[in-house]
Amino acid sequence: MMSPFDPLFFDPFLTGCAFGIVLPLLGVYLRLRGEWLAALAFAQISAPGALLAVLFGVPSIAGGIAAAVLAAVFKQTFESAARKTRGTVYAILFLLGWSASVLLIVNLPVAERMGHALFDGQLYFTGRAHLINASVLTAVVFVFLRLVSKNLLLSHFFPDFFRARGLSERRAHYAFDLAAAIALALATASVGVMAAFALIFIPPLIAFKWGANWRRSTVIAAASGGFAHIAAFLLAIALDQPYGPLLTLLLIVMGGASQIFRAGSPS
Amino acid sequence: MTLLEIEALTAGYSAPVVGPLSLSLKRGEVIGMTGPNGSGKSTLLAALTGGARIFSGRIEKCPDLRISLQQQRPPAVEGIPFCAADLLALTGADPEGLPPWILSRLSARLDQLSGGQLQFFMLWACLCAPADLVLLDEPTNNLDPESVAFLKTVLCRIKAGGGSLLVVSHEQDFIGAVCDREVSLR
Repeated sequence: MMSPFDPLFFDPFLTGCAFGIVLPLLGVYLRLRGEWLAALAFAQISAPGALLAVLFGVPSIAGGIAAAVLAAVFKQTFESAARKTRGTVYAILFLLGWSASVLLIVNLPVAERMGHALFDGQLYFTGRAHLINASVLTAVVFVFLRLVSKNLLLSHFFPDFFRARGLSERRAHYAFDLAAAIALALATASVGVMAAFALIFIPPLIAFKWGANWRRSTVIAAASGGFAHIAAFLLAIALDQPYGPLLTLLLIVMGGASQIFRAGSPS
Repeated sequence: MTLLEIEALTAGYSAPVVGPLSLSLKRGEVIGMTGPNGSGKSTLLAALTGGARIFSGRIEKCPDLRISLQQQRPPAVEGIPFCAADLLALTGADPEGLPPWILSRLSARLDQLSGGQLQFFMLWACLCAPADLVLLDEPTNNLDPESVAFLKTVLCRIKAGGGSLLVVSHEQDFIGAVCDREVSLR
């Protein structure tokens, strides 16, 4: 069995660590706003963007980010409509992303290998460039959340107070959506669509059940994501299985256990 | 010093709901606003903070006026890991001065509070936030008599300290006890 500290695995391991912490942190704010389905749409829509970029000789990460950012702009532009349809817009974006990706994979030989990596979630195919992207993203998200966290929370709990102070709810949400879209596009390129979504969705689910306050919840979310990544990474090597599905399965087990063992307490 | 000058204001959403109304509020003044349901009390507060459409008239605010607005409906808190101390920290309200019966709930999650406790914390967060003018929308909703009595003493203390408030309430006794004057919307 190869060590996780073998150079071949070390960069993917660290890349996964970064996403295992950053995505859950973004996820707690998405969950607060009841917009976790948007995360699935961003992750899925970034896949055809990355595949199309390969076709045109553009770096796949740039294509993925561009597609996810376009989805975030679309979401913000039709924000009120999206709210009225109770997430239908996100579901349609998700379906659009899936169908476009599969058609591209089937019809373009150049996109096939990358397509499988995006959907299978093979973290081991990532290299130094992915690690650099993930590291920069981690630093940016930490600073970004430090700057906007209060406004995001204030606009949720005190929307009238927020407006009375002359603050723009739309601006705060727009900035957050762009950050989430970029993070998901980068994560999708490294850990795959479903693993990226699982990391942004399940750790916040655990944190919302177990957290006594907001700060602790963010810690629980980041710790759950980080732990799940490390465990999935080691298991994937030991069992010679794809990383993405193992991580997702592990998170599902953790999420389920967190709900069962906390059952009975007010949530 | 005049903090707020409202002149012949007509405001609403897709159609006018309130007005025409003229009103002037000076620093240190507490004005009560009463009227039946649907008379536009909350709409007036929304118009003051940019949440409603102004059809005619004007609102003149003192430059750099910091407004704190307590909303009538509490936000959705079910399943959200947010405690009362988090809530107060958001608006910069100091928990010091909270009555003992609620102080013990400061570290409780909002979804573990009763409706009255949640209302009291929401109220306190807006009432004690750094602000030049506090707008309260039905502050006594969900509160028990003990909490209402405590609220009256707090508002009187704020008034004595030179604070300015615009209080919307359907409770005539409450308005009479805490306000300098009353404006009735019909």
